[in-house]
Amino acid sequence: MKLITFAGPPSSGKTSVILQLVKCLKAEDKTVCVVKFDCLTSFDHLRYKENGVPVQIGFSDKVCPDHYFVTNIEDVHYWAKNKGYDYLITESAGLCSRCSPHITGVLGVCVIDTLAGVDTPRKVGPMLKESDLVVVTKGDIVSQAEREVFAFNVRQVNAKAKVMFVNGITGQGAFMLSKHIKEAAEHQTLQGNTLRFTTPSAVCSYCLGETRIDRIFEMNMSKRLEIKE
Amino acid sequence: MKTKADFLVEIEQKPLGELVNQYPLVEDFLLNMRFDELPREVPLYQGILPLDTSHLAEFGLGKITLLDELAAFLQMFFAEEEKPLKAGSITVCGGHDKDGIKENIELVIRAGDIISVVGPTGSGKSRLLGDIECLAQGDTPTGRHIRLDGAALDEEQRFELGGRLVAQLSQNMNFVMDLSVEDFLRLHAKSRRRRDLEEVVSRCYDCANELAGERFARTTKVTQLSGGQSRALMIADVALMSSSPIVLVDEIENAGIDRRKAIRLLAKEDKIIFISTHDPLLALSADKRIVIKNGAIVRVITTSKQERAALVQIAALDDKLQNIRRHLRLGDVIEQDLTD
Repeated sequence: MKLITFAGPPSSGKTSVILQLVKCLKAEDKTVCVVKFDCLTSFDHLRYKENGVPVQIGFSDKVCPDHYFVTNIEDVHYWAKNKGYDYLITESAGLCSRCSPHITGVLGVCVIDTLAGVDTPRKVGPMLKESDLVVVTKGDIVSQAEREVFAFNVRQVNAKAKVMFVNGITGQGAFMLSKHIKEAAEHQTLQGNTLRFTTPSAVCSYCLGETRIDRIFEMNMSKRLEIKE
Repeated sequence: MKTKADFLVEIEQKPLGELVNQYPLVEDFLLNMRFDELPREVPLYQGILPLDTSHLAEFGLGKITLLDELAAFLQMFFAEEEKPLKAGSITVCGGHDKDGIKENIELVIRAGDIISVVGPTGSGKSRLLGDIECLAQGDTPTGRHIRLDGAALDEEQRFELGGRLVAQLSQNMNFVMDLSVEDFLRLHAKSRRRRDLEEVVSRCYDCANELAGERFARTTKVTQLSGGQSRALMIADVALMSSSPIVLVDEIENAGIDRRKAIRLLAKEDKIIFISTHDPLLALSADKRIVIKNGAIVRVITTSKQERAALVQIAALDDKLQNIRRHLRLGDVIEQDLTD
């Protein structure tokens, strides 16, 4: 089974792109399932169901979304493989910009949209920097110049990745994406694989539910914002 | 061609200030990692020596890997001049229609050609453009093959070119950047690494003003341009600055822009132009028009003498309309007889 990790800021169009991709893969008689990792609420699983895509959904709730992802990815991989699917796609939103679900040796895709502004690629962080493919959405409603500048800014942050424009509504560009997806490596297990980038060290009292603001309630590590004159 | 090792030597020897002067993108590289106060008079490795390693670790780097990453970055952008994408010709080799019936066609389109694409909604116009964009090799739903400069492409070339061949211009496009016209053009020129930056920015600006009905200033924000002015700026920019050799024009609005001049401008820059339109003025301005029905090209019509003659009349009508529009805008009273 091939695993592909999709990440991207909320509302960048991940679900729409994945659904267009599934269409292309289904046309070649491949089976695809999706696992959606989210924080609090999500309606995306309904869209997958409507389109006949088998889907699992998990909410990280009070756990750091990235820690939640990494501690659950092996189980869902095992599940999907036993079900006999050809592809497992994980979709994670709500990862903070500090993190990335991408795993060494596993094809990693980052979805970002042009409407978020041309400098967005420079702010997104490891989920973009550590990805193999960068899918840019909503390119049909901004000028060609902005599309080109956007792609350039992506390359400045991640020169190795392939940058492609996919229209989540019409599916334009999804075919080329599917050709890349088909190159993804097969994985029997994820044991022994590593995350491409560390998750944040969330081991303070606030991770455990503390809400009161005062240094006396801070346990373990904390990072002070440096206030400059 | 410079190797990564060559760039590494430069990074190690040159003071940061000199490096930035030579390769302005180094500034962006460092800013992306929140390095905005590094000393300029010493090489980068000396400048970062006193820094806390945890800052670099947040970007997945260390003091040595930072230099390495910068060398790879410079190699990516500066090792060789970016080769302009060229398409001397594209050939569309027929696949099949929606019912699987063979599409009997082999159509060669050359740089500078203007082709209009007509057919009802859902007939397969965007599929055709999609095939060209991904350089279909019999593997898309239409079964078409697209050849570039007469040759079929292997997978690697397709991956390389995919998505960069076709620039788009459509009615639905907007500017979203909050920049002045001048800064906007400069940013685009910089991303194309144009050496003639100021010159191309000026040409673009002048050209856009020539196409637009109403003039705008260099300092106008792109988001404040009227519909016609925006379209004019987008067209001038695609003609003079975009890297894509093929342009897809998906309707251009009637108001406030000289459409024929715009199309001619694109053709002059040796681009291949597809116009998907129902506007008679644009459809007949093309050299040929492709008729699409049920997913396949059913006819290729070369614009006839009679059609060209009709175009003159249509253009006269169009001028008249534009003229009336202009007068209304200026607050004039329309006194001429509209029927003559």
